[in-house]
Amino acid sequence: MSETILSIRNLTANVDGTPILKGVNLEIKAGEVHAIMGRNGSGKSTLSKIIAGHPDYEVTGGEIIYQGESILDQEPNERANSGIFLAFQYPLAIPGVSNLDFMRVAYNAKQKYLGLEEIDTFDFEDLIEEKLEVVKMNPSFLARSLNEGFSGGEKKRNEILQMALLDPTLTILDEIDSGLDIDALRIVSDGVNQLKTPDKGYLVITHYQRLLDYIEPDVVHVMKDGEIITSGGKELALELESRGYDFLDDKSTAGVGV
Amino acid sequence: MAVQIPFATVSKVNKTVAVEDIFFTGLLEQCQINENEPEWLQNTRQQAKSWLSHLSVPSRKDEDWRFVDLSDLTAGKFVEPASKEASYETSLQETKNNRLVFVNGTYNAELSNVTALPKGIYAGNLTNLPQKHQAKTYFAQQHGMQDAFTSLNTAGGNDVAVIWASKNAVIETPIHLLFITDGEKKAAFTQPRILVVAESNSNFSLLEEYTGLGEYFTNAVTEIYVKDNARINHTRLQEESTVSYHIGKARDSHYTISEINLGAKLFRHNPEILQQGEQTVSNLNGLTVAMGKQTSDTHSIIALTKQSGITNQLHKCIVGDRAHTVFNGKVFVTKEAQMTDATQLNRNLMISPKARVDTKPELQITADNVKCAHGATVSQLEADEIFYLRSRGLSENDAIQLLIDAFATEIIDRVDIESLRNRVKKTIEQKIKEANG
Ligand SMILES: Nc1ncnc2c1ncn2[C@@H]1O[C@H](COP(=O)(O)OP(=O)(O)O)[C@@H](O)[C@H]1O
Ligand SMILES: [Mg+2]
Repeated sequence: MSETILSIRNLTANVDGTPILKGVNLEIKAGEVHAIMGRNGSGKSTLSKIIAGHPDYEVTGGEIIYQGESILDQEPNERANSGIFLAFQYPLAIPGVSNLDFMRVAYNAKQKYLGLEEIDTFDFEDLIEEKLEVVKMNPSFLARSLNEGFSGGEKKRNEILQMALLDPTLTILDEIDSGLDIDALRIVSDGVNQLKTPDKGYLVITHYQRLLDYIEPDVVHVMKDGEIITSGGKELALELESRGYDFLDDKSTAGVGV
Repeated sequence: MAVQIPFATVSKVNKTVAVEDIFFTGLLEQCQINENEPEWLQNTRQQAKSWLSHLSVPSRKDEDWRFVDLSDLTAGKFVEPASKEASYETSLQETKNNRLVFVNGTYNAELSNVTALPKGIYAGNLTNLPQKHQAKTYFAQQHGMQDAFTSLNTAGGNDVAVIWASKNAVIETPIHLLFITDGEKKAAFTQPRILVVAESNSNFSLLEEYTGLGEYFTNAVTEIYVKDNARINHTRLQEESTVSYHIGKARDSHYTISEINLGAKLFRHNPEILQQGEQTVSNLNGLTVAMGKQTSDTHSIIALTKQSGITNQLHKCIVGDRAHTVFNGKVFVTKEAQMTDATQLNRNLMISPKARVDTKPELQITADNVKCAHGATVSQLEADEIFYLRSRGLSENDAIQLLIDAFATEIIDRVDIESLRNRVKKTIEQKIKEANG
């Protein structure tokens, strides 16, 4: 049996006193790709941000175990340095922070955490040059401010560039496909697939089945109103695509009904 | 989230007339007369003394001073320091052969080095200025010379730093004017005075730096004349111990200034620019970092009186702890100044809930064919930005530091001396670190 990367048990969480997550259970083993689908507002981004440690959300119950350890008390940077990576649905633009400097600082934060030597500016430029290939990004993006003036697709590619650089053990992609045209979608998914290794775990959040043609999931979960209401193989995604999210309403009623 | 503050109305200036202000007379008594100064200068100083006798220390009742409490300053027992030698090591690679050092207001030849100055540029003190340069027609001739603190400087000063660029003179490396005040043993009172004359077609960079030890009150006045087609790139740096007081004045007509204000417990700065020629360009870049209990007040005046002038002003403040920053920027566009293009923006980043920001950009336009824009913003660090950076492994402090750097960079990058940019970045980092304790 392969190692469990992430195990979420009965997770409940509030924002400003309002319950958003109402008992989420999820287990991701090494080498597995899990997809979470669901309507807007069902709690997908909330779940991903809670795993990454966003301070706005208050965990009211349950557990998040990452590589055998509870991470609920860990700071976001500690989680990041130990290998959790979230590619944001809406990556922020930060004027004045150079993309290149930001990536180097992030890389060195992890090196430091792991007790490894920090990299100097020159070696870093070689390293990042290599990683740019993964997402077919033009080096000119490094000289710009972080995500400032980037198109939707460029922001997402920049997220995958960070993933390539930081080499996470658990990767969470929150709607990495939103706002992408078909070419950009292919480049981004190719990038993710190149980086995929059997010792790591992947959680792919999406609204559309289309992404899952490119990044093939082992398990598909459907989230509704803060809960995972059903799980299955990749055929579940196809079913959702053809029948729409409405069919879940019947399904959940059926499940709840006596 | 940036909050737009609508611009307020033009302030009314209350001239307080009083008999013999004790504070000023007390300070003047401590000033030593420099017997070597030419007669006309001694007369000018006498004249300023008589102006001063009708002026008193501005109070909060004066519209232009209402945000600043000067009572700490007036209560301080400031004296002129006995020693004129400060043990101070300074070096900027770029200016090591282009540096004039004044210790406690007096020119120090030993610490200075002007061996790299080309022909056509004089840098030194007024007593040594070659006869052909008529300092008399420039010194204390600018608008606003009768203001209280300027009069105090003119009346009590005993040396003048002079930069004089003759016609067509060009110098690549920046000229560095360093004023060191040593108030470590005793609280010090010094009055740096600078006269800059850039004759037509001359072109140079000037770095004006104020620094010091211990407790002191520095009252600096800079007068700048920029003639036809002359260019000055001026950088002004205040990086003092936080128990100092500083009141400075710069006046000018056509140039770029980047000022970085990091030190001083109480800092008041009045840059005044009078654009008296057509097609003049002025760029004012300012960065103030105020922490602890610092108060930093910038009152700028830009007056455009001729056609097709351009001014761009961007003043940024980073305010933490219980610090307080004030920005009051007046832009006057007179009737003759058609086709003026003026922008003014004050941006404030508050990094502590107890910090205070007062901002008042003001436009007064009487010309009808102009392009003018101004505004002010006050913002805080964005929690989501901090989280984004932390989710990439940066500690909370490192994330905050990076965001503050990002805010400051826009101004720092406009300083044309690389080693100074690096030094300023380090100093700001250190200041923020100490504030985050
Ligand atoms: N910071 C927040 N403050 C208030 N409400 C929030 C916050 N984050 C999420 N929510 C609410 O939680 C619900 C789930 O949102 P989200 O996790 O973004 O859904 P999804 O990603 O599935 O579209 C929504 O109703 C949303 O409005
Ligand atoms: Mg979402």
